[in-house]
Amino acid sequence: MSASAVAVAVALGFCAGILAGLFGVGGGILFVPTLLGLGLGQLDAEATSLLAILPTVVAGTWRQHAYGNVRWRAALLVGAASVVGVQAGVLIATALSEDLLRRLFALLVLGVAAQLAWRSRRPSAYPSEP
Amino acid sequence: MRLLAIGLVAGVFSALFGVGGGIVVVPLLILAASVPERCATGTSLAAIGITALAGTILYGLEGEVDVDLGYAALVGLPAAAGAVAGSSLQQRVSVRALSLAFAALLAGIAVWLLLV
Repeated sequence: MSASAVAVAVALGFCAGILAGLFGVGGGILFVPTLLGLGLGQLDAEATSLLAILPTVVAGTWRQHAYGNVRWRAALLVGAASVVGVQAGVLIATALSEDLLRRLFALLVLGVAAQLAWRSRRPSAYPSEP
Repeated sequence: MRLLAIGLVAGVFSALFGVGGGIVVVPLLILAASVPERCATGTSLAAIGITALAGTILYGLEGEVDVDLGYAALVGLPAAAGAVAGSSLQQRVSVRALSLAFAALLAGIAVWLLLV
């Protein structure tokens, strides 16, 4: 792996973390393309992205907890129920071809880009939420 | 009950695409569970910790899928620093301008993914 590839991966990783802290996501939307760029296959990139999400959300949760923004009971309920969904998701992902999965992922990225663009035009901005 | 449904949907999304699922959890917490916006992002991050842990373990158990620790650290550790910065930024500034910048970055990535 070249030094420039490492630098780009670190920079995109940092950006993914900012995205996570700002929007409450894991950053996978940037991890997966970064890992694909480093040469991983779609499924390996997705599985590795899930592992990369862990330090990201631990750091993000730690900070957001300090700001008083974590509702633990709701988080535990959502998280516990998600484990059932994860099993289904793994089954679906491994049944699809990696090429199709990659295209579906690209559409997801487009959808998130559109959601962010729409959000940026909305009057409500976080520091003075209603 | 609503929270369980949100988790279920988020879990499928997460494992299918290798993301945390926050894309669906945050809007659903705001719209379906009446959680204020900033609380929804903090709560989503905590929930994702459980989701991503389950996904990592289940993919790890799949024989033909490789969870690469080195690559995960390469992007995940800078991201942990970014998440601290992003959380702090969220308390102080309007996220609007940043939203647009990220929208442009993601649109570019989507085009690259579709073309390559």
